[in-house]
Amino acid sequence: MPKSLRRLAALIRKEVTQLLRDRRGLAYMLGLPLLQLFLYAYAVNTSVYHIPTAIVDQSRDRKSREFVQALVNSQYFNATLQLENGAEVMTAIDKGQVRAGVIIPPHFAADTDRGSATVLMMLDGSDSASVSSGYSAAALVAQSYASHLATEQVQRKGIRTSALAGASALPITTSTRVLYNPDMIDIWFLLPGLAGLILQTLAVQQAALIIVRERELGTIEQILITPTRPLELVLSKMIPLLALCLLTMGVVVGIGVFWFGVPFQGSFFLYFWLTLLFIASSLGLGLLFSNRARTQKQAQQQALLTMMFGLLLGGMIYPRSAMPAIPRFIGDLLPMTYFVRASRTIFTKGVGLRFVWTDMLALAIYTVVVVLLAARNFKKRLD
Amino acid sequence: MSNGTGLDPQQPIVVRNLTKKFGDFVAVDNVSFAVNAGEVFGWLGPNGAGKTTTIRMLLGLLHPTSGSTHVLGLNSATQTKAMHAIVGYMSQQFTLYNDLTAAENIRFYGMVYGLSNRDLRQRQAEIIQMAGLEGREKALTSTLSGGWKQRLALGCAIVHRPKVVFLDEPTAGVDPISRRDFWTLIYAMAKEGVTVLVTTHYMDEAELCQRIGFISQGRLVALDRPGRLKQTQMRGDVLELNVSNPDLAMRILKAAQQSGQLPLDEVALYGAQIHAVVPSAEAYKEVLRALLSTAGIEVRSLERIAPTLEDVFISAVNAPA
Repeated sequence: MPKSLRRLAALIRKEVTQLLRDRRGLAYMLGLPLLQLFLYAYAVNTSVYHIPTAIVDQSRDRKSREFVQALVNSQYFNATLQLENGAEVMTAIDKGQVRAGVIIPPHFAADTDRGSATVLMMLDGSDSASVSSGYSAAALVAQSYASHLATEQVQRKGIRTSALAGASALPITTSTRVLYNPDMIDIWFLLPGLAGLILQTLAVQQAALIIVRERELGTIEQILITPTRPLELVLSKMIPLLALCLLTMGVVVGIGVFWFGVPFQGSFFLYFWLTLLFIASSLGLGLLFSNRARTQKQAQQQALLTMMFGLLLGGMIYPRSAMPAIPRFIGDLLPMTYFVRASRTIFTKGVGLRFVWTDMLALAIYTVVVVLLAARNFKKRLD
Repeated sequence: MSNGTGLDPQQPIVVRNLTKKFGDFVAVDNVSFAVNAGEVFGWLGPNGAGKTTTIRMLLGLLHPTSGSTHVLGLNSATQTKAMHAIVGYMSQQFTLYNDLTAAENIRFYGMVYGLSNRDLRQRQAEIIQMAGLEGREKALTSTLSGGWKQRLALGCAIVHRPKVVFLDEPTAGVDPISRRDFWTLIYAMAKEGVTVLVTTHYMDEAELCQRIGFISQGRLVALDRPGRLKQTQMRGDVLELNVSNPDLAMRILKAAQQSGQLPLDEVALYGAQIHAVVPSAEAYKEVLRALLSTAGIEVRSLERIAPTLEDVFISAVNAPA
């Protein structure tokens, strides 16, 4: 056993020396995740602010004006046009003058007093980002406005607020988003998943390249005739990359928290272990690719495919619950899927092990399986 | 274990009826030979003849389709781990890490082979000295020139003092002085009882081997000492021609060979001289002279010479199977 450990130490030392000596590669490995982070955080913004909006106020009272003002104050809408009816709004949207219309029916004030006001929202369906942003923003405004009204009403009647606050809340469907991220700041929602995408991409790619690189250089042939065991070789490739990826994760989360101001609600300790398992399983997956690939190009392609699947199916952007069985199953094969779910749970919700242990266990099993498979598939032969 | 080939299982390298097929292609075809302890054995053949394939099977990197190889009494295919601990290998490609220093490469392989720290320090000093790398221990391997790289690669291959060493074209692409130095190292190893199997395309190096195996299209076509091979393997005599227009003379002789006008086994240009292999020097000397003179070529000299190993090599390769 000490001989095996000594070999492992020699192999790891060699990998670390090579990693640190390759300045360009190191800069790429540390720089690319940051580039991805800033690109996604700044460029991929699914919220659309200041949607040009036509207003049809058929109620023309204080409450309707307040409601319009609340929409404008939300920053999502700019009241650019005052129109008379829905047909005019349609025309304005058709012409591209506005991308949304708000139609407040007559008796709006009276209806809100009864607690069942209806406002018609028209949205330009050719621009899905505007539609979803506008819809959720308007719904939120409507809810807060209505509950605000309700509170006002309750106080005027002189009844104790607390007792009726719950009852006064209209049939509101509260989404998770609103619960933990009341202002719907995209990066809050994005970061815990984005960290998963970035790290899975980095880990799979680097691990996929690392064995096939030696195969291409021919250096593997020399290693193959030493007493080195496949598992030692696989671990020696994995451990230095694990350290590097953990460091990168620290930087990504650090930037998320301190630069973008995303609140970290949960336990750092728990998050560290989750990350460790996640990165180990991603590296294992990459090493499995590396064993099967004949050239670095093939390995690179497999890594790219994994990134694409991760982006689309990993649950970072598109909710997995809405996916058909097959894409969801493919998502299940990615370490990222488990991480994204658990990451959000710890990061955003701040809840503990009780809610993430299944995902963590899945990642642990995943790691063991892929590492053993990679070692098993690693042939000590050339044919 | 049948011993029908008459090979002594005590010998450090034993190859028995070895065959390797890649699909329909037979890379190694029923090859048998053995190498004696402390011998420098040349494993020769043209590119693609099956030299490297044979070595890879000896090292357990490829599995034979049929037949077997034993190294130091261990079956290459089934006792690979034990065998790897006591053999050394320098592959055709340069396989050290270019981004590690010379000393780091030696340390790495030393540790992988399980050397103790004390042993490693001693071996490192010995190898640095052997490779002539004093003062360059901390130079990146990529910055070393060809001869140094080859000697360092040899050093790393023998860091664990193996009893058998396989060298696959170790001197390809290095200058003559480095090649000479390298062979001095090979002989130093053999003197200490290490068995060396080496492949090369340089005939001067082949002459330095104690015994030679010639492989052509996967088949072992000759196996003997270099001196004996020159006597036994040559079918016919070698004539050396010195002519006024070697290029034209070559064309004429080749045409005569192809048309069947002359039974030439081989015609080849060696610098300005032409070597022609004829069934008998006495019978064909004048025929050749007449043929070339007719074409207006001045024949300055036409002598029967002792065959070089290269003549033997070409003759063996071209011999009908």
